[in-house]
Amino acid sequence: MTRSRFAAASRHGGLIVLAVLFALPLYLAFVVASHSAADLLRGVPIAPGARLGANLRTVFSSSVPGTPSLRTMLVNSAIMAFGIAIFKLALSVPAAYAVSFFRFPGRMLMFWIIFATLMMPIEVRFFPTYEVTADLGLLNTQTGLILPLVASATAVFLLRQFFRAFPLELADAALLDGIGPIRFLTSTVLPLARPILAAIFVLEFIYGWNQYLWPLLITSAPNKVTVVMGIKQIISAAQSFSVPQWDLVMAISLVALVPPVVLIVAMQRWFVRGLTAGID
Amino acid sequence: MFRHRLLPLLLILPELVVVGLFFIWPSMRALAEAFQESNAFGLGSRFAGLANFRSTLNHTYVQAIEVTAIFTVLTTVIAMALGLFVAVQVEQTGRARPIYRTLFTWTYAVPGAIAGALWLFLFEPRIGPGSRLLAGLGVHWNFALSGPQALGLVIGLTVWQQAAYDFVFFSAGLQGVSDRVLEAARIDGVGAVSRFWRIVMPLLGPTVVFVAVMDVLAALFQSFAVIDIVTQGGPGGSTTTLVYALYRDGFQNGDVGMAGAETLLLFVLAAILLAVQFRVLNRRAHYR
Amino acid sequence: MSTTSTKWREPRHRFLGLIAVVTAIGVLASACSGTPKTTRPSASTVPAPSTSHPVNLTVWTAFSGALGAAFDTLVSRFNAANTGYHVIADYKGSYSQVLSDTMAAFRAHAAPNISQIFDAGTATIMDAPGTYVPVHKLMAQYKLPFATSDFIGGAASYYETSADQLDSLPFNSSTPVLYYNKTELSNAGISTPPTTWNQLRADAATLGAHGQKCALTSSGAYVMWTDLEQFAVWNGFPYATDDNGYTAVKGVKLEIDTAPFISHLALLGELAAKGGYIWNGVSTSTVPLFTNGTCAMYEQSSADLSTIQAAAKFPFGVSELPIQNGAPDAPQNTVVGGASLWVLSGAPAVTYRGDAEFLHFLMSAQSQAYWASHTGYVPVTTAGSALLESQNFYATHPNDLVAVKELNNKAPTPFTRGIRLGYLPEIRQVEASAIAAVLSGKQTAAQALAAAQSQGDSILAQFAAQYGG
Repeated sequence: MTRSRFAAASRHGGLIVLAVLFALPLYLAFVVASHSAADLLRGVPIAPGARLGANLRTVFSSSVPGTPSLRTMLVNSAIMAFGIAIFKLALSVPAAYAVSFFRFPGRMLMFWIIFATLMMPIEVRFFPTYEVTADLGLLNTQTGLILPLVASATAVFLLRQFFRAFPLELADAALLDGIGPIRFLTSTVLPLARPILAAIFVLEFIYGWNQYLWPLLITSAPNKVTVVMGIKQIISAAQSFSVPQWDLVMAISLVALVPPVVLIVAMQRWFVRGLTAGID
Repeated sequence: MFRHRLLPLLLILPELVVVGLFFIWPSMRALAEAFQESNAFGLGSRFAGLANFRSTLNHTYVQAIEVTAIFTVLTTVIAMALGLFVAVQVEQTGRARPIYRTLFTWTYAVPGAIAGALWLFLFEPRIGPGSRLLAGLGVHWNFALSGPQALGLVIGLTVWQQAAYDFVFFSAGLQGVSDRVLEAARIDGVGAVSRFWRIVMPLLGPTVVFVAVMDVLAALFQSFAVIDIVTQGGPGGSTTTLVYALYRDGFQNGDVGMAGAETLLLFVLAAILLAVQFRVLNRRAHYR
Repeated sequence: MSTTSTKWREPRHRFLGLIAVVTAIGVLASACSGTPKTTRPSASTVPAPSTSHPVNLTVWTAFSGALGAAFDTLVSRFNAANTGYHVIADYKGSYSQVLSDTMAAFRAHAAPNISQIFDAGTATIMDAPGTYVPVHKLMAQYKLPFATSDFIGGAASYYETSADQLDSLPFNSSTPVLYYNKTELSNAGISTPPTTWNQLRADAATLGAHGQKCALTSSGAYVMWTDLEQFAVWNGFPYATDDNGYTAVKGVKLEIDTAPFISHLALLGELAAKGGYIWNGVSTSTVPLFTNGTCAMYEQSSADLSTIQAAAKFPFGVSELPIQNGAPDAPQNTVVGGASLWVLSGAPAVTYRGDAEFLHFLMSAQSQAYWASHTGYVPVTTAGSALLESQNFYATHPNDLVAVKELNNKAPTPFTRGIRLGYLPEIRQVEASAIAAVLSGKQTAAQALAAAQSQGDSILAQFAAQYGG
């Protein structure tokens, strides 16, 4: 008994050490963001300082000189993240519904075309996609930021997995009762699909908020910069001061990572379900 | 099963339009450009045969292939080992389990670029606390000049995020391992280590393969933000992965033909991985 | 589960079939699609727009901080003059960022009206006719005075074509100088800054003995400019064949794998090993290292004078770059670095008169004098230079004079006019890798430069293939 108690204690000890190591970069960011830049030249303090509020006020009121306003960047990030999550659902729910609940000519071809997009994350196709987006006149637009990222098949695939386990007798019964497919979707399928829809929403919001490469290519206007891609400019601007303004960089970093991290912690159940739905 | 003909097409149309515009059209463009050569402003383009593909055999692109291979293998192996180890430990913690799950999941949600900013400061050669710690241990740390150190930093940072992703999957996979079987084995005197290798691992097999493929995909394609923030592919190309090389050749240097050829190579790589993943998923379906 | 739900058990080989179909469609597309034909209206005489509805002109620049503020002042003076045109200056990031954004935007038919292209990008755009409207033609069309001889020798020779014409407007022009921290040098008992590299090595040892570990740092992003390109012209060594690329596109080769460059880079490596020289990659700014007192001396563009002035809390001086011991012609001359302004083609015809008027405004003596006196750049026009002289500017600002003296030290030889190499930005990336390899002790200077030379030569061959035909 003592042996297993010792094992449990050492397990907890080991996990706590690991968790602390995992959290260390975040903790240091918090420490740095709560001191002044000059304090950091003598070495990074162990404990948080008192300037977090002041630094946050600074980044919200004036940002780092030469970089877009933090408010603008946050608004752009929010538009992009919500846009991607909403458009993704709006496109993939009907598409997955069609390939799962209808038998029509070309159904398999449609499914395979969509499925093939799985092999093309934006990082693989960004170069020609940039050119196409430019040809469509969508550079520096929210549409250009959002649309090329929403079509990937991940959501269709997850939804189809879900619909596949859906009792098709319900559809047959609906048919007998004279209920049309659209009403069947809205009255029966969607309410039952709420958990998977929430999971997709969480996943896609985080995916959208965290985008870096695509906004970097698409936005050349300062008023379209998102906070995640803006961090690069902010770092280089902050480093050119004779006292590098790491306190402000870290304050902005904290602000930028709060939405996805809070979302994942608060909605962990949905997030895990969404991530693992493809294989469970 | 509904038997409408027009309605499903209408339902699927928006998705197809977007797929056509932003997947199929770009793919064809890349295909066309891969066989053409033009100047950096896109003028004077002419048929180039296989010249762009021959260009991918140059020193810097071959280096990018090597860097990608090392980066991918190391991040995948380390992240999986760490994720699995933590998942197995957390699985046995009882009431504290949900708290541990949160503590080991959140890093995955941190945007890559922001994670890069955090680690950039941590290991900034002059004032970063990580650098000072290493200097105290006698390591001459300067990732801005040392290729292996830069690659190590980027790997560490990627593992920090990817291990969380792996943890989620391994935790889910471990749910499927029956506690009763494990308990019976324990009572029969089977040790913890052999319980893991003889009971848990076989049941976890498909999850391991799936996670491995996802990690490889992430390492291959999703490391751009981290690299662009921390090292910009340097020093001397030692952290330039295939995706970063495509960005450098296509965008920074304006070589459209080379970018087309590199895009096609990435397509092939992605298709191979998808085929592997698809086989795995199908095999899982048979297990059920 | 109902039987119908097994409907998705499709055979696996369909997946491969799909890939085959997609590939086939692609091949077909590549066979059919050529380059889309685009019509690029040439600049033509059109009436000036009304002043109540000004036409917007977009200018992309790499000016941030103090430089951005000075440029914004010029822009708002132009806008206030109510010419019917309104200039919007967009800061795009680094020089290479402006160049790559301009290239990408041009391919996407979304180019700005005017782009600021840095020295190293000159050949890349100049040798791509059709992408720009040559400035000398533009000015002639709108009957605005413009001649190559309006510009100071160093700027004209760097940017002129083989026909002595200017295709772009030389604008922000600077040259590297040696900044030195007077307090730290005198603490070590050094009374004058070093004039040769051997002396700098000795001074570094003296500084080290007095507890000042780091003697020297160089420009972060442009160390290849200060320590290879300008090193070459200042000491009178050729940097590449064919007069540094001025007289040919095909067959040009670098000449950096030679004794002077090897010994210079070896010296930097030797200093770095003891902490006497610091450079941390192209993406790390080195300005703070000088202004916070970490390093006693700084090889950096004269354009950073205003930035350093604002940040340094100690007395500092500016002197000419050290010369290589034993170089017969040293010191020869430095050349301008910085950028020129290119008018891009493909814009609505109505904008070109505005481009011409804006450039005319920028080259005026008043604008040049304002720009030079507020930044550390040299005035690029002789009229601007004369105006500054007449205002007694250099007598009261000796630090600003060093760059002018270096540029005019001797009449340039055919291979010290400048460096005109295609894809020079890529060559600089290769050189930066070589410098990092030497400073980290991974390679000797000879090994690193040999590798850089061979990679650089293949970049030049690629440029010749894409542009020479």
